[in-house]
Formats: sequence, structure tokens, C-alpha cells
Amino acid sequence: MSATGIGAAVRRKEDLRFITGKGQYTDDVVRPGEVRAAFVRSPHAHARITSVDASVAKSMPGVVDVLTGAELKNDKIGNLICGWMIHSKDGSPMKMAPHPALAADKVCHVGDAVAVVIAETLSQARDAAEKVKVDYEVLPAVTDPAKAKSGPQIHEIAPNNTIYQWSLGDSKAVDAAFAGARHITKLDIINNRLVPNAIEPRAALAEYDSGTDQLTLWNTTQNPHVARLVIAAFVGMAPEHKLRVIAPDVGGGFGSKIFIYPEEVVCLWAARKMGRPVKWTADRSESFVTDAHGRDHVTHAELALDERGKILAMRVSTIANLGAYMSTFSSSVPTYLYGTLLSGQYDIPHIYCEVDAVYTNTVPVDAYRGAGRPEATFVVERLVEIAGRQMGIDPVDLRKLNFVKTFPHQTPVIMAYDAGDYHASLKKALELADVKGFNRRRREAARRGKLRGLGYSTYIEACGIAPSQAVGSLGCGVGLWESAEVRVNPTGTVEVLTGTHAHGQGHETTFAQLVSERLGIPFENISIVHGDTDKVQFGMGTYGSRSGAVGMSAIVKALEKIEAKAKKVAAHMLEAAEGDIVFKDGKFTVAGTDKSTTWGDVALNAYIAHKFAGQDLEPGLKETSFYDPINFTFPAGCHICEVEIDRDTGKTEIVTWTAVDDFGTVVNPMIVEGQVHGGIAQGIGQALLEGAVYDNDGQLVTGSLMDYSMPHAHDLPSFRIGLTETKSPSNPLGIKGCGEAGAIAAPAAVINAITDAIGTEDISMPATPQVVWSALSRTQTRAAA
Amino acid sequence: MSAVSMTVNGKAVTGDVEARTLLVQFLRENLRLTGTHVGCDTSQCGACVVHIDGIAVKSCTMLALQCEGSNITTIEGLAAPNGPLHPMQEAFRENHGLQCGFCTPGMIMAALDIVRRKGHDLDEHTIRQELDGNICRCTGYHNIVKAIAAGAKAMDKGGVPRQAAE
Repeated sequence: MSATGIGAAVRRKEDLRFITGKGQYTDDVVRPGEVRAAFVRSPHAHARITSVDASVAKSMPGVVDVLTGAELKNDKIGNLICGWMIHSKDGSPMKMAPHPALAADKVCHVGDAVAVVIAETLSQARDAAEKVKVDYEVLPAVTDPAKAKSGPQIHEIAPNNTIYQWSLGDSKAVDAAFAGARHITKLDIINNRLVPNAIEPRAALAEYDSGTDQLTLWNTTQNPHVARLVIAAFVGMAPEHKLRVIAPDVGGGFGSKIFIYPEEVVCLWAARKMGRPVKWTADRSESFVTDAHGRDHVTHAELALDERGKILAMRVSTIANLGAYMSTFSSSVPTYLYGTLLSGQYDIPHIYCEVDAVYTNTVPVDAYRGAGRPEATFVVERLVEIAGRQMGIDPVDLRKLNFVKTFPHQTPVIMAYDAGDYHASLKKALELADVKGFNRRRREAARRGKLRGLGYSTYIEACGIAPSQAVGSLGCGVGLWESAEVRVNPTGTVEVLTGTHAHGQGHETTFAQLVSERLGIPFENISIVHGDTDKVQFGMGTYGSRSGAVGMSAIVKALEKIEAKAKKVAAHMLEAAEGDIVFKDGKFTVAGTDKSTTWGDVALNAYIAHKFAGQDLEPGLKETSFYDPINFTFPAGCHICEVEIDRDTGKTEIVTWTAVDDFGTVVNPMIVEGQVHGGIAQGIGQALLEGAVYDNDGQLVTGSLMDYSMPHAHDLPSFRIGLTETKSPSNPLGIKGCGEAGAIAAPAAVINAITDAIGTEDISMPATPQVVWSALSRTQTRAAA
Repeated sequence: MSAVSMTVNGKAVTGDVEARTLLVQFLRENLRLTGTHVGCDTSQCGACVVHIDGIAVKSCTMLALQCEGSNITTIEGLAAPNGPLHPMQEAFRENHGLQCGFCTPGMIMAALDIVRRKGHDLDEHTIRQELDGNICRCTGYHNIVKAIAAGAKAMDKGGVPRQAAE
């Protein structure tokens, strides 16, 4: 392994600009003549707009214009769309309601945008926004997904607020298996609604050049090309070739910056109308009521087992809250990213899952780190843990008994697992966590008056999203391949253009490691270019832990073409047959001779074209590849959480955390571990701290960082991280992906540990001190009675 | 509009600001020092931490006019242009204490204040407690804690005083 090749913990190329304050995030970009936008937002969860009076606002200092939903409609700006078609079990298509970028007739959630003020300064825009007078006829609202079907109808297209009633699996086979079961474990779960809260708020800066009729959008997006496609083809803002989308440095996404949002549409529209660049940056309060939220499931699940603890079947019924409108990929999250993962790491013969997706008067819900897979893992890992406890079987033994042991393994819910070794990650985690010593630690804690518990989560996820034909057959509106272009300069330095986008993942480093190893050239001589539709031809962006498995595979394919072409050039230079050229460590050698040439000389010769006829071999050294994966990848592992609970306060302290993950090939262990840390923190946040709470009127009670509890440094332990490795057979590098594992694994491990400590399963997330204290009180009351 | 004067990263600066202009707005919009970030509107996230007369302050909690005559250091002022990085900056890079980079300037500026107050030999518990005013969504803090401990030690060895680069 070279110092900068695959497997090396190379320090990141991108860090220098970030640690010196030279990062360029969207809000840092300034264009000449730029004006600022402030949105007028609905304070009501559900209301008819009866009038909008902007006359006072328009007369205020610095105000350039005020635009409303009615004008957006007049200008025939199209609606935002959801790009994944889900059909109900009766065959009917999902009920996608219109989602205008500015509401003209009706608002459907607190924060829904009604008008926008454009002014010379931000303060002027905000002052004037407060003077836009909107009259509303307030309607009753519904926010709880469990009550949505009987709540006030939000959209004409969706009776009972039902978007779809989807199912997966064979319900008859499941019923039969349940009928023959020795033991059935039942569980009711609320998977709490989360606010992604990337620390960089969303922002958009739009500019129009009337001379070329060209629009440019700087945007906090994880997928600039998808944004351009949707804004061009569906919103109809401009033809695709007249719209450039630039995603500069982006400060975290976690899914929330995948989606196409109203504000970027409005900035583009306003920029063209005003003839001046228009910038909007969310303040955190706006982020809370406009960034797509995550999770929000209400689930009943059942597991059927035989007398030995072998799982016979699983039955899951979920209501998924999709909020007021269908966000860009929202429909896929509680269906094909959820139901398909319900087999976990287990050989389960029969699974049936039904999901009803509903509208409510809340912020739209879409993919958030893990997207569907954390919800599935929580169902599976809670069921398995509880089943073991109920049957008097050690939860570890129950897991081992049911693990998938041979590959490939076809689950009853679409996915075909291609490789894994679940025993290996469990075994290593048991050792790292010193599970053997747990009882001693528990007794010692008891002497201090603390309740100590241990919880497991042996999770699986489907990443490397995704084979285009497969997702197309499931309703996805796009292909999920990835592109790469490798440009070799005449001096031998290399630029790689990728359709993925990094917003913390370190692609500038890891992708360069791949190129450095394959071409045998210095790491410093490689630049990774991303996030600009004018530079990169097309790409699908970054989410679903796809950038390594799919994005780097595209680079591998392009590098193979580069090598083939370079060998042709070298053959001319060395006056040898192409088939005799061997390329190794940046050197081209004629096999069996000492004749050789270097990478740099070949690059130069490719461009000067003096050694070959340009008619026989095209000059230049630049290759493109579009890589479409053959399967998802299946990262898996075992997380073990150990907690101590204070009986008097109900406060949970996470004492130790052990994670052993199988991500296949690891390109940079430092970066991979960092991804795991961050994922675990978000999972612990869901389990212990975070929860978006709406009151019955539809007000977001947890609408700021004062009310919504984000994980802080003192809420978390340091993590013990281990790796096992079975390579993914589905891509050339054997990569599985690591970005979401922690967030997927963690919630179940935490709740399994808490319930182990307190001796009752009756606990909800977030397991705040109040929740745990109440559960303890109920247990003690029952014990006393 | 009122005139305000202060020293920022060793340079005397003046500007016209509204009475309500926050220090962070003055730094970002008037001076174009965009390394100081705004991540919230309730002074929770700490992305905007700078040093005022050597002490860490969230620059969203101060009006620009309150800083009249003050000596401000932002992330851009920690290392001299083309000079070596400050040991705390280097420690963040070496320990992978950042991912998306957005909270990082505030984290580094807050870290220096922890060293100023608590010294160079920082245990994990102290660092975690002292980071209460800074939120990171990417790293789970694991490597930030390591970076701050390492940076504090390196500052000691390198003879960088607790007051950092002020």
C-alpha cells in the first residue's frame, strides 16, 4: 500500500481552506448588484389565502419588489414534483398534490411561503416582509400521522389525506406462518420525527444574464445536476442548457440538501424578473420550518418464531407522514428504502409489510441520513431483542441462530444480499465491547445506585444506490448510475470530474487516492472537480452512501480507458506493439526489455501527437465513463451500546459505544471512521435527544436550537470502532459504503440498552430523562402492586 | 448609520453600520471575512465564535457598535498569510476534526479559548463540557475532542501562549 493509495489514512486535501476560513459556501459568494430576498411565510398550519397586500412593503426603503404566489402562477412557473412513482396495492398511482414554490390559494404548513420581498439589503427585505399583509381563513389542521386519515382534507387529490397504500410481500404466507408459530412478539413503535439541521443553513443565489439568456444558481445542494434537471424540465424555469447550477462548498446535508426547494425556484424567477442577482439564506428558524424533516413513522410490527427461536415470519404495518407536500424523493423512503430492509441480517422466510403514506399539515418529510433503513433497522432490532428476552434466549444467540450464513441470499422483500459475514462482525464487537465483563460492570454500577444496560444492533443497509433498471422498475424517475471524466493534462497532472458531490465526505481526498494508486502518480498532482453543471457533464449527486461504490467505480472505468489509450501512445513512443506495453507504478515498459517511458512523457506525447498519426490515433488523453451498478451494496455490522441510568433523574449516560462494521474495501480508514462517528451521533441524537414536536394546531413547538435538542460533545462518548471486511462483488473496488451506517444502527442499540437496564420495553424515542424516569416509575408501581 | 472602528486581525478597520448590525454581519458583509459563519439565530451553534480582546465571543451576540475600539481575531487571522498554520488549526487537520468545515472556524476559535482558560493538558471530560456552546453535525465530536487535546499540547510545546495569536 502506498502512502497515498487505497487503504491509507491520508490527511484531507480539502481541510486547508476550511481551517483557515477560506471555504466558499453559497452565502459567501457575492455577485455584483446582488439584492436580498426575505420570504413571507404562513404562521398557520392550514389556511386559505384570502388576500395579499404588499402596497406598504413595496414603498419601504430599499425594496425592489414584492412577488406573490399569484404572480408566480401568472408567469406559469411550474410546481415542484416528487420523482419516484409509488403505486398503491390496488394499482392506483400515488396522489401527488400540486406544490407551487409560492402558495397562491392555500397554505398547508407553518412556514409555507406566500410571498417574497426583494430589497437592497437583508435588513430592508426583512423589515418589509413584516409589512406584507396576508389575510387568511384559518382551517382545521392535522399533524399526527395516526390521525391524518380522519383529519381535515388537505389536498383535493387525496381523500382521507392518503397518498398511497403500498404493500410488499406475501401476506397469505405470512398469515400461515404466524398461525403455526410457538411465540409471537408484538411491538408498537413511533419513529420520531427529526430535523436534519446541517449547520450550514440552506441558501440560494441566482443570477440572470440577459445577453446570453443564461441563468446561474449557486445552491446548497447535494446534487446540482438533479436540481438543474427538475428546475428545467418540471418547473420550466429555463431550458436545461440555459441553467447552470453550482454547488460550492456545502456545509453538511444528511439528505436535507438533496431536494429541490421553493426558495431556489423563487430566487431564479426573481433574478430574471429584476435583472439583478438575488440571494436568500435561511436563518435557523426558517430551516426548521422549511428543510425536509426525517422519519415520522407510526408502526405496529409482529415477529413469529418457533420453539427454538427461529424466525418464521414478520408482519409490519406503518403509517408514514410525508408532511404537507410530497418532497423530491419522499415517496421512496418509507417504501423501497424501508420495506426492502425488513429482513435485517436474518434469514426470514416470509415478510409482509404495508405502508400508508399520509399528508399532514407539517413540513414535508423526505430522506434523512439512512432514509427508511434506520426505521427498518429499528423495527427489526427491537423485535429480535424483545423476542429473545421474552423467550429467555440470549439476544446474541437468537441473532446467531437466525443470521443469513450463505450468499447470495434472496430475501422475501426484493433485496438479494451479495456478500457478508455477520458472525464475524458480531464476534469482533463482543470482544471489543468486553461483553463478558458486562455483568461485573452491571453489579459495580448497581453498588453506585446506577442501572446499567447493554444493547445490540446488528444492522444491514442497502447502499450504493443504485442499479438504474432495478430502481426504474420500482418507480424511480431517474437512473442512479454515476459519471466520471478523467482529464490528463499535457504535463501529466490529472483532473477528475465526478457527478457525485462532497459536503463533508472528503471526496477530494479519497477519489485522488484511487487515481494516485491506479496511475502511480503523486497525490498532489490530482484534483477532483465536482458541483458545477458547466464543468461536469451529468451526475446524480451524493446520498445513499453511493459516492464510493458508484462514483468511484465510474472513475475506475474511466481510468481503465485512460490506461488503454496511454498504452497506445506509449507503444508509438517506444516503437513496440501495444500488447507488449506494461503499465505499472506510473511507468510504461515494453515487456521483457528495459525500454520504458514515464507517465509524464506519455501525457505530453498524447497532446503533441508527434509520434503517431493523428488520423490513426486521436490526440489527447481524456476519457469518460458512465457506471451503472449491478446491485445495491450491503454494508452491515454490529453496534453495542452500554448505558448507565440514574434512577432518580432518569438520565441516560452512554458509557461505551462499540461499532464493528463491514464496509467492504476501505479507501481511507480515517475518513470512514469519521463517517461512522457522525452517523452514530445522529442515531444517538434520535434515540436520546431529538424530536420534532407539533402541537395540535400545527405549530412546530421545537422550532429552534433552544427547543430542539441537538447532540452536544458532552452528550456523547468516544467511540470504539472496528472493521471487518467482505468485499462487495458488485463493483470493481469492492466498496460497500459507510455514510449512513451509524445513524441506521444506533437508535436500536441505545433503546435496547435502556430497556435492558430498566427492565421494561415500554419506552419511546427520544428517551429523555422524563421518558425514562416515567417508565421506571411505572415499573416500580407495578412491582409495588 | 454610525461609524465604527476596530482592529481586526491586526488591521485597523472602519465602517458605517446600522445600530442593529451584528458583529458577525460586519465581519462577513463589510469586511468580507466569510470564514466566520452563521449557523443559527439563537446563539446555540457557535459557528460565529471570534476573539474579542483575546476572549471567545459569539459574534452573533454582539452589535458591531459595541466593538468600537476592540481588538478582534477571526479564523482568518490565526495564521499569517503564507505562514505556518496555528497548532490548533494543524491539530484539526491532523486528527480529522472536521468534515463539512462549516462549524470548524468557530470550533477552532472556541478551542483556543478553552486552552486559555483551562491550560494545555486537557482531559476528554473537560473538552466535552467546555464545547457546550458549539454544535457539529458531522463528526460526532470524537475527532474534535482529539484535535483540541492535541492542539493544546502542541501549543505548549511550540511556546504558543495560552492567549493564542492575539
